Amino acid sequence: MKASAFAYARATSIGNALELLAAHGDKAKVLSGGQSLMPAMNLRLISPELIVDIGEIGELRGIALKGGVLSIGALTRHADLLKSPEIAAHSPLLTTAVAHVAHPAIRNRGTIGGSLAHADPASELPACMLALGAIIIARGQAGERRIPAKDFFRGIYETALSADELLVAVELPVTRKNASHFFDEFARRQGDYAIAGLAADAVVKDGAFTDLHLAFFAVGDRPVLSNAACRLINVVITPALMADVSAALDEELNPHDDQQATASMRRHLAKVLLVRCVSTLLGRTDLDARAA
Amino acid sequence: MTAPMPISLQVNGERVDTHVLPRLNLADFLREHLHLTGTHVGCEHGVCGACTVRVNNEIVRACLMLAVQTHGASVQTIEGLSDSGEVADLQAAFRDRNALQCGYCTPGMLMAAQDLLRQQAEPDREQIREHLSGNYCRCTGYQAIVDAVETTARSRREHK
Repeated sequence: MKASAFAYARATSIGNALELLAAHGDKAKVLSGGQSLMPAMNLRLISPELIVDIGEIGELRGIALKGGVLSIGALTRHADLLKSPEIAAHSPLLTTAVAHVAHPAIRNRGTIGGSLAHADPASELPACMLALGAIIIARGQAGERRIPAKDFFRGIYETALSADELLVAVELPVTRKNASHFFDEFARRQGDYAIAGLAADAVVKDGAFTDLHLAFFAVGDRPVLSNAACRLINVVITPALMADVSAALDEELNPHDDQQATASMRRHLAKVLLVRCVSTLLGRTDLDARAA
Repeated sequence: MTAPMPISLQVNGERVDTHVLPRLNLADFLREHLHLTGTHVGCEHGVCGACTVRVNNEIVRACLMLAVQTHGASVQTIEGLSDSGEVADLQAAFRDRNALQCGYCTPGMLMAAQDLLRQQAEPDREQIREHLSGNYCRCTGYQAIVDAVETTARSRREHK
């Protein structure tokens, strides 16, 4: 289908975009890369009255490293993240994850800010933000808010952003020494939205986790940072402990049924990802039934 | 602001100055305003890849971009790549290998395949599949398409 009629404004600066958003409230939608917004509009899931195109605002673009923090402008495209040597060196989880985000033609347009503000529960980057402890920076006419990723995602396509705020950047702590990461997802086709996925950031010392953040996605109305995973820190991991944590993880997830998978299949796949993640990061093939 | 807006862009090397409604997407602009019907419209929500074109030298989904967003840009369609001969060998390989049947996906497949071959002289079959993962074909079963891209990559290396 085609999008219904709307008015279009090409914002010339962040200030100009904020004025437009303040004037039009929730009747306006911000257009970044358009790779989620345009499908939603073409399917008539949403019909905004005004599109505020921020694509020309240069100051929203780019990756900067400063004092142990990677700052990524909202308009930075998936293709830019994938090619960035700074991201590869200081946030390798992100490099790995972005390769799973859609297809080359979509990665050439889609942006990190757009993906986070859209907050599709099956998308990869929101989960990465949780696993990495990102800060999401929102600007409104009243000033700037720094929102921890764990407080940002509120539900399906719902975030802590208000209608008159613009997501301008995200900040990520650079990867720690001895840190490792894991990313995997199940999808019907390479690049499609995940049926279930896991983004993990860990520190391993002497065969045990000293830190572990597991962010599951496509298994609830928002990405889920697992509390159960904390039980895997600073202990010798046995198959019995894995079974306990797996059961506790099940309690934390609230997946839905759709034409791609049932809720129980999603629960199963999340547990498969948990086992693969732990056995991969610790080099413990004995924990993975496939290897046994 | 729902009125037509002025845009100026390059399409296949020719300058276009016109007015378009904000709601018009790039695929419909190319097909209906410029009569460049090689860019096909399949799903209109970014899943099938039939509308793949180049904007500023990078492939994009023409159904997920507004015509107004191409103001100041350079757009290349399958007509441009075909007329210049840039993909002549790839087209011949598609024909030789039966890499098309109904032809609906073919312009998008050629755009995506050529994008890979410009970046990677020696792609393996897995890389070809990955790069074409966003392009649906409902006829061929993909093997013949991967064959054609692989053959073209090989012959380009040999004729360099």
